Amino acid sequence: MDIQDLATDIPSQGEHTVEGIDFITSGEQYLTFLLAQEQYAVDILCVEEIRSWEQPTKIPNSPGYIKGVINMRGVIVPIVDLRLKFSIGEASYHDTTVVIVLTYQTDESSRTIGFVVDAVSDVLNVEATEILSSPAFGGSIQPHFIEGLINVGKNVVTLLHVESLQQVEKHATNS
Amino acid sequence: MSVDLSQFIPSFLEESFEGLELMEASLLNLEAGDHETIHSIFRAAHSIKGGAGTFGFDSVTEFTHLVETLLDEMRDGRREVDPKDVEILLNSVDCMRILIEAARDKADYDKDKVTENTHQLEETLANVLSGEVTADIQDPDDAQNSSKKTYHIIFIPNHDLAKPGNDPLFLFGALADLGELTTEALTKELPALSDICPQELYLSWHLTLISDSSLEEVKEIFEWVEDECELTITQSEASNIVAEPEIETTAAPSEENTEIVTEKPVEIEEANTPPVKEQLPEVAKEQIKSKTKGKGDVGSIRVGVDKVDNLINLVGELVITQSMLSELGSDFQMDKIDRLNSGLEQLLQNTKELQESVMRIRMLPISFAFNRFPRLVHDLANKTGKAMELIIKGEQTELDKTVMEQIGDPLVHLVRNAADHGIENADVRVANGKPEMGTISLDAYHQGGNIVIEISDDGAGINRDKVFSKAVEKGIIDPNSTLTDPQVFDLLFEPGFSTADEVTDISGRGVGMDVVKRNIQALGGRIQVESTMGEGSCFKVNLPLTLAILDGQLVKVGSETYIIPLISIVESLQVDDGLVNRVSGDMALYRLRDENVPILPVYQLFGLSTEHTKINNALLVVVEADGQKVGLMVDHLLAQQQVVIKSLKENYQQVIGISGATILGDGSVAMILDIPGMIQMAMGHAQQKRHLSHHHDTEQPTNGIKELH
Amino acid sequence: MAKVLVVDDSNSIRDMVSFTLKSAGYQTVEAKDGLDGLAKAKTGSFDLVISDVNMPNMDGITLCGELRKLPNFQFTPILMLTTESSTDMKMRGKSAGATGWLVKPFNPEKLLATIKRVVR
Repeated sequence: MDIQDLATDIPSQGEHTVEGIDFITSGEQYLTFLLAQEQYAVDILCVEEIRSWEQPTKIPNSPGYIKGVINMRGVIVPIVDLRLKFSIGEASYHDTTVVIVLTYQTDESSRTIGFVVDAVSDVLNVEATEILSSPAFGGSIQPHFIEGLINVGKNVVTLLHVESLQQVEKHATNS
Repeated sequence: MSVDLSQFIPSFLEESFEGLELMEASLLNLEAGDHETIHSIFRAAHSIKGGAGTFGFDSVTEFTHLVETLLDEMRDGRREVDPKDVEILLNSVDCMRILIEAARDKADYDKDKVTENTHQLEETLANVLSGEVTADIQDPDDAQNSSKKTYHIIFIPNHDLAKPGNDPLFLFGALADLGELTTEALTKELPALSDICPQELYLSWHLTLISDSSLEEVKEIFEWVEDECELTITQSEASNIVAEPEIETTAAPSEENTEIVTEKPVEIEEANTPPVKEQLPEVAKEQIKSKTKGKGDVGSIRVGVDKVDNLINLVGELVITQSMLSELGSDFQMDKIDRLNSGLEQLLQNTKELQESVMRIRMLPISFAFNRFPRLVHDLANKTGKAMELIIKGEQTELDKTVMEQIGDPLVHLVRNAADHGIENADVRVANGKPEMGTISLDAYHQGGNIVIEISDDGAGINRDKVFSKAVEKGIIDPNSTLTDPQVFDLLFEPGFSTADEVTDISGRGVGMDVVKRNIQALGGRIQVESTMGEGSCFKVNLPLTLAILDGQLVKVGSETYIIPLISIVESLQVDDGLVNRVSGDMALYRLRDENVPILPVYQLFGLSTEHTKINNALLVVVEADGQKVGLMVDHLLAQQQVVIKSLKENYQQVIGISGATILGDGSVAMILDIPGMIQMAMGHAQQKRHLSHHHDTEQPTNGIKELH
Repeated sequence: MAKVLVVDDSNSIRDMVSFTLKSAGYQTVEAKDGLDGLAKAKTGSFDLVISDVNMPNMDGITLCGELRKLPNFQFTPILMLTTESSTDMKMRGKSAGATGWLVKPFNPEKLLATIKRVVR
C-alpha cells in the first residue's frame, strides 16, 4: 500500500521518479499527524511505534493531559494527550484514536512516551533548509515545543521538538 | 604470534582488591607469632606485585616491593610483629589501593600520601634495604652484533642431568629456534648395552650454532642445567670466517657492525619488555568507561556452582510442566479440568521456586559490607582517643547485591555516629562503672521477608530531653507536643538536626542522619532507634531482601487498583462507626485499641470517584510509616500477591504517594502506594484546607451568609 | 598435544599462564595450590608442570618434592614460577627436584620460548 493514499493533499517532497524507480534524496524524514485539522510532524527516527488507544492506568494527582501509563512489553510508558496539552480540538477517544510512541535518546538516558493524536498522516522528506522558523507570538503551543514550520503545498506542517515534548517534569509547571 | 593478556586485567584488579581487603583484615587482627597469617599477608602482597609487573603497573610493583620486603622480614622471623609496623603496613595497604586504582583509571593520585608511606617503609627497613641487591636487569653488553655469529658449544652433561626432567633434545630444539644448529654426538662414554641405565646420559655433544642471538641468549638456554654439565661456549665472529659462503652474504663491513651495535641493545630491550605495555593505553580507556566507580556497581557476581545447578534443575522442572500443560491444551476437554488445575498448581510451584532461586543468585553475605568496619573502628578509636572494639555478628546473612552496595554509606555514618557521640571517653565510662573499652556491635539477621541490620553501642545513650529541646529550638516541633520516646528519637533524622555542640569532623559535616534515613527509605526500608540513657543505643535498619519484588495487598478504589506493601500493613478492618471520632472540623480518627488513627480516604486524596464515600462500615487498611499509623480507606480488598516493581521514573518522574508501578496478571498497570508519601500528601491537603477555610472565615460577610470561593 | 599442569593461587596469573599455553596449542589443567596440584597430578598424566612457589596449603617447593615421589612424575619437567631468581631459590628448587624456573613478571612470548627447552 502506498502511504501517500492516506493523505492525498500532502505530497511527499524529495522523491524523484527516474525510469519508474523512486529515489529519496537527502534530507530527514518526518512522520506527520493531525490534531483536529492541524498538521504536525516529528522526526521519524524517534517514532518507536504507533498504537491504537487503550485506557491507561491513572497517575494520581497528575495534570489532566497526562492520561496515565500503559504497559508496553513490560515497560511502563506514560501517555500524554497532545490535544489536551496544546488545547487543540476535542479530546475524544474512538477506535481510530491513535497513540504515537516516541523515544528520545541521549547519551545518559532514554525516555519513551506515548502521545495521543487524532490521526497519523504520512512520511515527509524534508531538507533542513525547508524548515522555516515559527512566529514567536500567538498560538496556544509554547515556542520551545516547536522546531519550525514546513510548507507542504498550500498547507503548513508544524514540526515539533521531541526532546521538549519528552520533558514531562517541566510540563507540569508550565501546564 | 603475540598473546594479548590485557583481557586479564579486570580479573587481576578484582583479585588485587580482594587481596588488599584480606591484608587489611589480617593486619588488624595480627598477633605476634601468628605465622600463618603473616604468610597469607605476604602472599597477597606477592601476588599483587607479580601481577602488577606483568601489566606494567610499575608504580604498584615498586611500592609493593617495599611492602613485600617488610612482610618477608616478618615471615622469616627476622622481625617481630611491632604495632608501629602494623600501622605502617595498614597505611601501605591504603597506598597500594590508591596506586592500583590510579593505574587502572590512568588517573592521578595522592602522591604525598604514597611518598610519606614510602619513607616510613624505607625507614623501618633501613637495615634491610641497604644490603639488597637488585639483580634483575642484566646488561646486554654482549649484544654486540646483529650479524650472525658462530657458537661452538661443547656440552657434556652429567649422567643424571635428565633426572629432573631436562632432556638435551629439547634444549637443542630451543637452540635450533635461535638459528642454524648442527650437532655432533660424542659417544666415547657409552658403556656396553647391558650396562646402560635408561635414565642416565652417556652422550655428550659438540654443537655448532649460527645465529644472530647474543651470547647471553645462548647461555640462557642452558641456565637450568649449568650446574649439571660441563659447558663451553666459544664464539667466533662471522667476519673472521670468510670461507663460509652463507655468512659472506650476510656479513657487513666492520663500520656497519659498530653502528648496529648501538642500535641492537635498544631493540632487544624493547623486544623483551612485556608487550602488554603498548596495549595498555587502549585497555585503560576501556577500563575507565566500564569501571567509572571503584565500588563495583556494574561489576560481576561470583555465584556458587551449587546455586547454578539448582537453577538448572528448576528450569528443567519448568520445562516438564510446560510440556504437560501444552499437551493438555492441545486437545482440551472439560473432563480434563482437574488435570489442568493441578498442572497450573505445579506451574505456580515451579515459578515460585525458580524466582527464589534466581533472587538468591543476587544475594551475597553482608560480610562484604561489614568488612570495612574493623578498619574504620580501629581508625576511629585512634582519632577520638577512645578505646573501642567492634563485634560483628550475622555476617553470613545474605542480601541483594544492589541493596548491599547502597547500604554501605549509611552504615558507615551510623558507626561513626556511635563512635563519636555514643561511646564515652574512657574515664567517663570507668566513673560510671562501665568497662573502659567501649563496644560497638553490628548484627544482621532475617526477619519476615526482610533483613534487619542493628548498629548498637554500649555508650551514653540518647538524651531525650536534649533532642526534644533542640527540635523545639529549630522549630521542628511545637514545644507543647507530647511525643513518645521513639517519636523523639525519630527527630534525629530531621534535616538540619545536630545535637553535637560542634560539628565534629567525623560524623557531623555534610552527611546527615536525614540523608541516612532517606537512603534507607529509597531502598524500601526503614530505620528505628532505641536508646537508654547511660546504657547505649541501637539503630535498627529494616530492608527488603530484594529491590525488585514486593509482597503487596491489592485494593480497589473506584475503578482503580492499587497495591499496598504488605510490610507496612498493621491490620485491615471494617469501620465501626462507634469508634470514629471527629476532631478539628472534619478529620476523622479511628480508635484502634489505645491509639487514635487518622482515617485517610484514598479516593479524596487521589481525586477518584467512587460509591464508597461513607466512613461507616468502610474498609480500613491500617498502615504504619515513620512511626505513625494511618488508616487508608479503600473500597475493596483484593488478593495478596507478589508483584514486580517497575519504576515510574524511567519514562516519567517521581510521583508523591506512589513508589512504583507493576503489571498485573491481566497485563494492566497498577500503582504501588508509598505510605510516607501519602501521609505527606494528606498533611499537605489538610494544610490547604485550613488555609482555604481561614480565608473563608476572614472574608465572611457580616450577614452570616457564607460564600464559596 | 602436550598437557600442562598449571599451579598458582592467584586466579589471574593462573588464567594468564593457561591462556598463553592454550593459544600455543597446549592443553592445560589448573590447580589453585600445592595440595590441589598434587591431587590433580595423581589423576592425570602431564608433560609439564608449571607451579608458583608461594601458595597456601602446600607451597611449590614441597609440591615439587611430592611430585617426584610419584612414579610417572620422575622425569616430568617441573618449572617453578617465581619472582626471585636468587641462588638460594635455585638451590632450593633444584634440591626438591625442579627442572628449572620461570621468572615473574610474566612475558607470554618468553614463557612459550622457555618451555620449549623441556617440551615440544
